[in-house]
Amino acid sequence: MSALLELRGLGKRFGGIEAVRDVSLTVQPGEIVGLIGPNGAGKTTLVNLITGVHRATAGTVRFEGADVTYQRPHEAARRGLARTFQVVQPFPQMTALENVTAGALFAGAAGSVAAARRDALAQLERVGLGAEAHKPASILTLPSRKRLELAKSLAMKPKLLLLDEVNAGLNSSEIDAALALIRGIAAEGVTLVLIEHLMKVVLSLSTRIVVLHQGALIADGPPKTVVDDPRVVEAYLGARFAQRHVQARDSHA
Amino acid sequence: MRAWTLPVLAAWIAVLAATPFVGDNYLVKIATFVAFYAALALSWNFIGGLAGYPSFATAAFVGLGSYAGALVQNAGAPIVVAWIAAAGVCAMAAAALGAIVLRLRGHYFAIGSIALVEILSLVASWWSGLTGGGEGLNLAFLPGGPDTIARVFLYAMLGIAVLALVTTVAVTRGRLGFGLRCIAQNEDAAEMVGIPTTRYKMAAFVLSAVFCGAAGAAYASWVAYIAPSDAFSILLTVKVPVMVLLGGAGTVLGPVLGATALVLLEETVWARFLEFHQAILGAVIVALIFFLPGGLLGLAARRRTA
Repeated sequence: MSALLELRGLGKRFGGIEAVRDVSLTVQPGEIVGLIGPNGAGKTTLVNLITGVHRATAGTVRFEGADVTYQRPHEAARRGLARTFQVVQPFPQMTALENVTAGALFAGAAGSVAAARRDALAQLERVGLGAEAHKPASILTLPSRKRLELAKSLAMKPKLLLLDEVNAGLNSSEIDAALALIRGIAAEGVTLVLIEHLMKVVLSLSTRIVVLHQGALIADGPPKTVVDDPRVVEAYLGARFAQRHVQARDSHA
Repeated sequence: MRAWTLPVLAAWIAVLAATPFVGDNYLVKIATFVAFYAALALSWNFIGGLAGYPSFATAAFVGLGSYAGALVQNAGAPIVVAWIAAAGVCAMAAAALGAIVLRLRGHYFAIGSIALVEILSLVASWWSGLTGGGEGLNLAFLPGGPDTIARVFLYAMLGIAVLALVTTVAVTRGRLGFGLRCIAQNEDAAEMVGIPTTRYKMAAFVLSAVFCGAAGAAYASWVAYIAPSDAFSILLTVKVPVMVLLGGAGTVLGPVLGATALVLLEETVWARFLEFHQAILGAVIVALIFFLPGGLLGLAARRRTA
């Protein structure tokens, strides 16, 4: 099976800061990869490198076998590489429907504005925003705007969808609904990369977890193995806690 | 587009076209100016209204078009050929210059675009072997009496305005218009949903230049004399965006209404205040910013929702 996304030695330097360094990662079709790491680990920068927002200063990005390291964001979108933004990016004066229509029209399969609107309405209903389709995006609540962002990226008919903290700020019943929604998306054959702080979400959805710390990949494997990895615990909680964690685990065993 | 947009536009075209049959040449001249400014305002609307890029390059393309048209006409070509050539020259110039200034955003773009006017004006002054320099260029008058000439240029300007109008309707209904509206609101997000923003902005800039070029060339044929200071007028470059803002930016009807309103205002009010008319234009700009951010059409929309 050939990889959907393949990063090799990927790096990004902003002046003296190395935000991402030497990241090599392969995502196979159908996977749900959880990308976790402490604040400032470089998760969003990595997504920006994959989608062409930033230019890599080292390494390569391959998507479906093609070298796309220096693609522009709109080319990524048309290739089937969609992402949501941690800080939502709506078109504020457009209605929710028009926002999603943009995704369907320019990156999705729609051939005309009218067809794109039909697609968009279906996606809005799917994420539970059907009733708010004709409201301006600027008056939606934050959880609604997160769902709008999701509907917009779904309308782009992606092959790989990078969800950047799409569940942040949701309460626990909303999260359960979001989990069902994300599972549904994956079941349709969309490969997912989840950037997420909520461990409940990451652990219940991911087929694999990768951990980024200070710009470098420090762990990659099945969820259970990764969360018990002392280096991962250390990255989150510091060295002393990591030691204690290992001792506690060993004494239980 | 509102339901009454097309009827209003049809009435506007009919009234302008009827002026030679109901009034004297002074009225026809005003109608010609209304059509001329409507064409320029509709042009500006592509880049300034739809794409949200505050361009002050209108006079650059009007001036370039008038010089290109004048030179082609003086070389012996029929005037319509000269106007089409001027439109083509402006389209190519817009593509080349757009590649530079469209890298800028917001205020920087505004300054960059106004620089185009100054640069082209300097070129026209310096290159006296081609353009006649500061002495300007004379064009041959059309045959026929003043009545005929007045009518020919009214219908020519009206034709250019209608072409700009038809293009506007087509653009606002299609992908390009949708993409440009996305760019106006959030260019990064537009890029993210798959809109090739550079190409779209370039298309808007070229569209904003084409009809300016044709209208500028027709204007040069009409007045039969052009000089750098008139052709590349800074006042024109400010007036046209004010017209669009007055009517309602990004709409089909707004530029037409705004251009008509400002030309009529100019003829009836400003002509009586020759020393102060630029100050009055300034007051109109300030009033627009404070009281009518959505233009006259925005006012109508506010009434309806209130």
